[in-house]
Amino acid sequence: MLAANHLGYIVAAYVAAVVVVGALVGWVTLDYRILRRTLADLERRGFSRRSGSSAAAHAGPALKKAREDA
Amino acid sequence: MAIINLANPSRFLALATRTIPWLGGLTLLVFAFAINQAMSAPDDYQQGATVKIMFLHVPGAWLGMLGWLVMTVAALGTLVWRHPLADVVAKAAAPIGAAFTLMCLVTGSLWGRPMWGTYWVWDARLTSMLVLFLLYLGVIAVWRTVEDPSRAARAAAILALVGALDLPIIKFSVDWWNTLHQGSSIFRMGGPTIDPSILIPLLIMALAFTLLFATLLLAATRNEILRRRVRAMRLMQASAAA
Repeated sequence: MLAANHLGYIVAAYVAAVVVVGALVGWVTLDYRILRRTLADLERRGFSRRSGSSAAAHAGPALKKAREDA
Repeated sequence: MAIINLANPSRFLALATRTIPWLGGLTLLVFAFAINQAMSAPDDYQQGATVKIMFLHVPGAWLGMLGWLVMTVAALGTLVWRHPLADVVAKAAAPIGAAFTLMCLVTGSLWGRPMWGTYWVWDARLTSMLVLFLLYLGVIAVWRTVEDPSRAARAAAILALVGALDLPIIKFSVDWWNTLHQGSSIFRMGGPTIDPSILIPLLIMALAFTLLFATLLLAATRNEILRRRVRAMRLMQASAAA
């Protein structure tokens, strides 16, 4: 009787947990795919994290810092 | 592999890429077992079937706090030891910790309505948990608004250290103040007060959620390293175009 009365709350709690976990898994997975695609695209265009292009040689502090971070 | 080796982002990426599928698979297996155990657990003599909400609420609360603990250690790594991955881990942990804190708050409300007759009371445990959620939103906002990652890292690290004061308040709020929320029933002097028929499924469910937390943190950290590489290459691209 008690279970029947409160079934809605229990189901709602499990649905909320599935939504939260699903959102986290979806975010991490999609983010990874987008980042890999972007990296592949940049590399195809000749940009590499370690490339020694003339532009990189004249890089400003922001670029040098970003390369260190990466 | 020594921990110090993981300071190298490329080594960390290689390790994460190898580990994530195994950890994800293990998480799924433990979840399948945990859900089976949770659904087979008997009703509580007072709470009835709503005790099943506790199998979500309690791990949500623990992982919400664990997320901030990870950020606190990472903040020390950023400010004191200057570990190159510390701010990466801190940034990755924030949305995950926020999501588990939100899960704790929502499932707690859904348990409170039938048991207490209300979705919410401004009691010390509930309020300190809500403060934790708002702190998470604050850290996420700092990461999103400060463009320079190293400046954002320092600001977020300071906020993480200040926010860590909320963790003991959450834990001991039920002892320090007269709260509607029940007192500690698992980690307490004298042992747990929960019957093993409910305690064991709860601990297995907590293990499953902890494995999920670890998998997500590893994956989000890997993503953050890749994001920084993209940023570096875009700056290089802009530099080349100029």
